[in-house]
Amino acid sequence: MATFKDFRNNVKPNWCPGCGDFSIQAAIQRAAANVGVIPEELAVVSGIGCSGRISGYINSYGLHGIHGRSLPIAQGVKMANRELTVIASGGDGDGFAIGMGHTIHAIRRNIDVTYIVMDNQIYGLTKGQTSPRSEMGFKTKSTPAGSIESSLSVMEMALTAGGSFVAQSFSSDLKELTSLIEQGINHKGFSLINVFSPCVTFNKVNTYDWFKENLTSLSTIEDYDPHNRMQAMNTLMEHDGLVTGLIYQNKEKPSYESLVTGFKDEALSSQDISLNQEQFDKLAAEFM
Amino acid sequence: MINQLSWKVGGQQGEGIESTGEIFSMALNRQGYYLYGYRHFSSRIKGGHTNNKIRVSTSATNSISDDLDILVAFDQETIDVNHHELSTGGVVIGDSKFGPKLPEGSHAKLFAVPFTEIATELGTSLMKNMVAVGASASLLGINTDIFQSVVEQIFLKKGEAVVSKNMDAIRTGMEYFEKESQGNVGDFKLAEADGQSRLFMIGNDALALGALTGGARFMPAYPITPASEIMEYLIKKLPEYGGTVIQTEDEIAACTMAIGANYAGVRSLTASAGPGLSLMMEAIGLSGITETPLVIVDTQRGGPSTGLPTKQEQSDIFAMIYGTHGEIPKVVMAPSSVEEAFYDAIEAFNIAEEYQVPVIIVTDLALSLGKQTVNPLDFEKVDIRRGKLDTTEELPELDKGVYFKRYEVTEDGVSKRVIPGMKHGLHHVTGVEHNEQGKPSESPENRKAQMDKRMRKLAPLADRFPNPVLKFENHDEADLLVIGVNSTRGTIQEALPRLEKEGLKVNHGQIRLLHPFPTEALQSMIDKAKKVVVVENNATGQVAQLIKMNNKVDKVESILKYDGNPFLPSEIHNECKELF
Repeated sequence: MATFKDFRNNVKPNWCPGCGDFSIQAAIQRAAANVGVIPEELAVVSGIGCSGRISGYINSYGLHGIHGRSLPIAQGVKMANRELTVIASGGDGDGFAIGMGHTIHAIRRNIDVTYIVMDNQIYGLTKGQTSPRSEMGFKTKSTPAGSIESSLSVMEMALTAGGSFVAQSFSSDLKELTSLIEQGINHKGFSLINVFSPCVTFNKVNTYDWFKENLTSLSTIEDYDPHNRMQAMNTLMEHDGLVTGLIYQNKEKPSYESLVTGFKDEALSSQDISLNQEQFDKLAAEFM
Repeated sequence: MINQLSWKVGGQQGEGIESTGEIFSMALNRQGYYLYGYRHFSSRIKGGHTNNKIRVSTSATNSISDDLDILVAFDQETIDVNHHELSTGGVVIGDSKFGPKLPEGSHAKLFAVPFTEIATELGTSLMKNMVAVGASASLLGINTDIFQSVVEQIFLKKGEAVVSKNMDAIRTGMEYFEKESQGNVGDFKLAEADGQSRLFMIGNDALALGALTGGARFMPAYPITPASEIMEYLIKKLPEYGGTVIQTEDEIAACTMAIGANYAGVRSLTASAGPGLSLMMEAIGLSGITETPLVIVDTQRGGPSTGLPTKQEQSDIFAMIYGTHGEIPKVVMAPSSVEEAFYDAIEAFNIAEEYQVPVIIVTDLALSLGKQTVNPLDFEKVDIRRGKLDTTEELPELDKGVYFKRYEVTEDGVSKRVIPGMKHGLHHVTGVEHNEQGKPSESPENRKAQMDKRMRKLAPLADRFPNPVLKFENHDEADLLVIGVNSTRGTIQEALPRLEKEGLKVNHGQIRLLHPFPTEALQSMIDKAKKVVVVENNATGQVAQLIKMNNKVDKVESILKYDGNPFLPSEIHNECKELF
């Protein structure tokens, strides 16, 4: 059994002191240990941005790809080796701006990947521009007069796209976040966990205090049933998306891999790739 | 008796033109004739003129012909658009239904045959294409029995009655035409073929079969003309071998998903055409800097933008070589025949894994979609080489905090590769410049060491690559060296004897490896020729420019065609002649 310390490497993150991403890194390390994987069985695929560096800060197999494309890469890894636990991670710009096309299709495709978005509602690494998660009127370097585009309701979007595991958390709540990541990893299908991760340098509006004041934990809502999609949607709309906890899970929706004809549980990467003469002759004969 | 002829069927898209050509040529292929087809079609499903031109020969042929002997027309437009190709004494067989007329001054012979009426009387007008096949068979002097196996293959699933009705339609078409044309038509009777059964396939079939044979087990792809047949074949076949195809949301996803699967140890490819390749460029760079094997097929079509999406062109060459930002080692292969497409698809995976680089196979529309007779493919030649991929699972233990040296600087530049899941193989992979363990590094010394390591990997490739230039050299001292790439091979080969007959000594080189450029292999050919001319389907002479850039040569002439159609042998013949 590995402990969370086994998922630490000696690389010092280049995040600003106080950045929410540190807690998310810790939560991933704890959750991985808690579900019983070992570093060699974990692949963390990340995008580009401050948060995209996370794959380099976890002692596991890691791939830091290109901006917005962590999900197709992660899905390719999972299809190649179903025995791996695959986590994809990146920022809100990565997942909801440049990579939005992949996000929505990964949700509906339902390959067993756990996607953790580190949502700070701003572009940090490029030093403070608006994001699709920024509120209307939000002033940034690229929106000096305030953003005139509406913010994307990603949790509602995930529900309409057919998400089988939709959750949201806050980086300060390490306990809840760790638990949600564990549940996401154990979920047989695509899991989306959006995590509010305050940017202490560029976002002076959505601060730790702001979130503490504005977030509602689903655990405080009486009779909340995370298997009721309609209630999930209503609750999100009532709270303007500012809820934390497991919003919706559909355990009945089969994962993509489980529906692929002839797809084996054994990793595709360890299967023999050579044909024999008889197999080849049969294939060639079809062209005669 | 004749040894070869050209036959074309045309009509509105969606009325069975494709299947008419398919049945006609499959049956002839099974008799041992060599077929070479080219489809003229538009980017729409119903309506618009379409035609399928098929060359039939008793010996190997890899080019469309200059002229046309038989034109089967389902509408007047087919006659109006194509009659100029007809040779003197050529025959037009048109459906009586539309009252076919020959344009003024035409030297062809017209026969109206009631395709639709006969088919309707026999049960359904859908069989009008079978009547047309029968009429054509009469001209060629072939027995209608040869269609039996093909018709069974296509229609037996619908019941024996359907098979026999279709055969009736073929026979009735033949009988009608025989009666109608008696003594009033030239000799189109084909000499007997050798009776050997050979493969009949398009380039995309060969690429897909090659990928499967070469161990590819995963293909993420986005549909596009003229590449989709590759994914369509593999989704039918891969499940039997444990793999699958995913139709992705776009080509960026296709390319990055393939990178993910290759990184995790599965041979994986994607295929597209120019627009898709443009979208993949950033990801190809990721494959390059992370040294993740990757195979991509680019079936070239008319560009730029949407360009001529269903037409022949060879204008992506520069984009495939130089398209990615920054500098990476990359291989660009260019098969010149369907056979080569098969073997090259296998070799592409070997090269991608041995050198840990992205490999692009470029074809062109004529090669990817032209259906032709192919000599038997040799399974004995299939060889799977995975380079420095370590699957021993006995790696030495790593110290805490130290990663496996996935990017170890080595003499040949290639490092040992391990895949996720392997014990003691932990390492990081990033598109950021990195050190030997894959950890980000901006140190100038490390940058230089890693850059040099990557860039020297391909140094031996041009020497090791099987026939980087396919040489047809009959002269130690030639008047002319003709150079081509992809599907122009057969057309150049057909123009050559005509030039030789006129007293010119001509050598021919078909480039099969576009990058790294086969400078040496070409130089020896260039040195033997007084003039060098490059035949290519683009407007700027991209291959000619590559030669000027890489070789010692005084002058490179160009024969260019970018109107959407493949070269005709006569065009190459005439333009070569004009150089003297």
